[in-house]
Amino acid sequence: MSENGHSHGEGNGATATLTKADFQSGQETRWCPGCGDYAILASVQALMPELGIPPEKTVFISGIGCAGRFVYYMDTYGMHGIHGRAPALATGIATAREDLSVWVVSGDGDSLSIGGNHLIHSLRRNVPIKLLLFNNQIYGLTKGQYSPTSETGKITKSTPFGSEDHPFNPLALALGADASFVARTIDIEKKHLTEVLRRAAEHEGSAFVEIYQNCNVFNDGAFDAVRGKGGADNQIRLEHGQPIRFGADNERGVVRSPKGGLEVVEVADVGEDALVVHDVHVEDSSHATALARLADSPTGPTPIGVFRDVKRDVYGSSRQQELLSAHASATLADLDDLLRSGDTWTV
Amino acid sequence: MTTTSKKLETVIVRFAGDSGDGMQLVGDRFTAATAHLGNDLSTLPDFPAEIRAPAGTPGGVSAFQIHFASRDILTPGDHPDTLVAMNPAALKAHLDALEPGGTLIVNEDAFTPANLRKAGYEANPLEDGTVEDYQTFEVPMTTLTTRATDEIENLKPAEAQRTKNLFALGLISWMYGRPGKATISWLEAKFAKRPAIMAANVAAFKAGYNFGDTAEIAATPIEVGPAPLDAGEYRNINGANATAMGLLAASVKSGLQLFFATYPITPASELLHHLARHNRFGVRTVQAEDEIAAVNMALGASFGGKLGVTATSGPGMDLKAETIALAVALELPLVVIDVQRAGPSTGLPTKTEQSDLLMAIHGRHGESPLPVIAASTPSDCFERAVEAVRIAVRYRTPVILLSDTFLTNSSEPWHLPDMANLPEIDPDFATGPNAGDEFLPYLRNEHGARPWAIPGTPGLQHRLGGLEKEHGSGKVSYDAANHALMTKLRAEKLEKLAEELPPLVVDADEGAELLVLGWGSTSGVIGAAARRIRGRGLPIAIAHLRNLEPMPANTGDVVRSFDKVLIPELNTGQLLSLVRDKYLVDAIGHNKVEGLPILAEELEQAILEVIE
Repeated sequence: MSENGHSHGEGNGATATLTKADFQSGQETRWCPGCGDYAILASVQALMPELGIPPEKTVFISGIGCAGRFVYYMDTYGMHGIHGRAPALATGIATAREDLSVWVVSGDGDSLSIGGNHLIHSLRRNVPIKLLLFNNQIYGLTKGQYSPTSETGKITKSTPFGSEDHPFNPLALALGADASFVARTIDIEKKHLTEVLRRAAEHEGSAFVEIYQNCNVFNDGAFDAVRGKGGADNQIRLEHGQPIRFGADNERGVVRSPKGGLEVVEVADVGEDALVVHDVHVEDSSHATALARLADSPTGPTPIGVFRDVKRDVYGSSRQQELLSAHASATLADLDDLLRSGDTWTV
Repeated sequence: MTTTSKKLETVIVRFAGDSGDGMQLVGDRFTAATAHLGNDLSTLPDFPAEIRAPAGTPGGVSAFQIHFASRDILTPGDHPDTLVAMNPAALKAHLDALEPGGTLIVNEDAFTPANLRKAGYEANPLEDGTVEDYQTFEVPMTTLTTRATDEIENLKPAEAQRTKNLFALGLISWMYGRPGKATISWLEAKFAKRPAIMAANVAAFKAGYNFGDTAEIAATPIEVGPAPLDAGEYRNINGANATAMGLLAASVKSGLQLFFATYPITPASELLHHLARHNRFGVRTVQAEDEIAAVNMALGASFGGKLGVTATSGPGMDLKAETIALAVALELPLVVIDVQRAGPSTGLPTKTEQSDLLMAIHGRHGESPLPVIAASTPSDCFERAVEAVRIAVRYRTPVILLSDTFLTNSSEPWHLPDMANLPEIDPDFATGPNAGDEFLPYLRNEHGARPWAIPGTPGLQHRLGGLEKEHGSGKVSYDAANHALMTKLRAEKLEKLAEELPPLVVDADEGAELLVLGWGSTSGVIGAAARRIRGRGLPIAIAHLRNLEPMPANTGDVVRSFDKVLIPELNTGQLLSLVRDKYLVDAIGHNKVEGLPILAEELEQAILEVIE
């Protein structure tokens, strides 16, 4: 519905004039005041016109949870599906319609708990969809149970004596599923978030983006070590082709650990040449995985940015082109021939 | 050796052997040859769940029954006239079914002490009088097959012995006058790349054929002439293939690309195997990661303007239920095919049942009505698949099409349809605003259906979702009165569908007081049982429901117009409770849950009991 009366009668031809308002549905947003989702929504709505894809060619699919409401606020085609199944719904639409830009908005419970299977399979297939995982490490919509990304020992209503569960590292999981694009960003880091999403949009296969999103009602401050005031020093901002270093004066860096993987050091102790140079295009995912494992929880130095961006066959697209042209030329006479091929007899 | 032959109107043959003995292949080939001769036919493949069930045990026996005739027939038949038992286990499992005086052909070589023990025989049934009521032929099939193939180079002894099924096929082909040419050409094509295997199969087949012709086998060859079917072109088809063809036809007719997503499950996988081959018609098949993903992919594709279809069997239906309810709320076309099998849980995965009817109609949370239709015969799967698509598209709704294991595997001659008779299926995509300059995604037409506006259509961007929608605008609404209205509007779509359905047709004799009402795959046996009753000079009425939800508008009048209503089903009384509930009729059930179709004689008996 075009509640704001926006109209792009000319489809692609109108992209030059697109504005943020063209992507705003005008439906009243209903997240809690102060929720990180507002910042993400504003950044996404601002980015969309820059991508040059008109709203009618853009589809947002969501599951259940606070993040699921995202689709109602975008004046694109959208579907608020059922819990955990957004990647499967999106696989259907993206495979059937290679001409569309398909985005999935999901949360840590939706994607990593009930919908874990669809997440990993869409990533391994490399379906052309952009998966935004709003990770707030809590179940918000059901009012505060621990989630599959909550830290062990988390005290919530459902775990009054602390959770026993070991949490998922979402990026390591995505990399384990052979995701071709993996990134992490932060809800209120508008510039960084926008840049990461732009890179995700440009990627040709599945793009998985974890967004640290503060739930100020049920899990406030979960990302304080890396977010907002005081968090900057712990952000390891990954830049392709650059040595990985961070800190107020770039005084810390990342080197290969003698135990395997990566570790944080003082640059002064090892010298700049010892630092690992970030490469998003390296085929082997162990570099990205080591970066993801550098911080299993966002309580200390934590990499953000694009971890991996490699080319891999995209699910469906070229096949769908062939099928579409076959379908377009298939006639009932062809079907008649098919039915009459093989063993038939006449009475 | 005889030169004369005996003419019969109808014959039932059953092949039974180990699940690795190739009985299904033999059955398929015999069926193809029989179809060529213009007989009417009906088949019943019956096999264990295990790919290679414990060899030599009754539980591991795989069987194939074919009923063929020089007149029209309705079922795969009750009792075989001829049973081929490839080992003691097959004899043990199937001898009871053989008509007294029937022809029994056994592979004598397989009746070894070890095999007898595995089959649970304490003494050799060929020697202790067990088979004395039958015309028994003990044929050393393994020995004769080995002898027939021993000149073939590069053939291992195990490979030679494995062709004994073709020996049996050859022998039975001779007995029933089925020419061998088609079978031999088929073998030559199938094993073109393995010349030794091809030569062995052909040699075994010919040996069996010639054995019948020349050896001291006293059976008279039997002639079953062609059946007087309606004029036209025919082919043999099973339910799985007919369903696939129906979906293709609906896709071409509607202009909607078929998007078929499923997860492998017996016996529904056959449909995926058929459709995956039809690139030429632009069919997009996806083997999803699970049942839930499959139905969501199909629904996502429907949102994108494709013909979203998924298929499964009982356990998969449980998993898909939440998404089917989402489709009810989204009001998007979706076809869900349930090839029913015996449950609960894994149950008897290769055996037939009709026990998902109530689940199909009621098995979702909330008030989530949707149309449910059922196929009656293997070839009817074609027409029902087209109809499922037609309803889904016209009413913007998920539709459940019920098939079953029997229909999907069984085959019959199919009078090829005239494509000109396919119903109109118009996607009628929304192209512009429908309320002044606004687009209201939940504004309904005369069928109660909402517009189908697909992504890519400028200006019609809208958001669907599982949250309740405001009538007309489709905005999220928590308003109580609106929810009541939307619940009513969703139900009204079914009422509007009921109004356009063809009435329930009753085939009634003058003075009939009993109506036998069926649905799904019992159609054949109900017809066959009615013939038997009529043959006794008793009046009877029969009717078959092709639409279960909603039922045709005249259904209530029909069931109320008979003194008695008997409902045969392969469940414990599901249509029975629907009919009793909807129409307050004191109907009687005839129920069977043994994994196999109802036999005509069983139903005849049940009918006689009710008439008395």
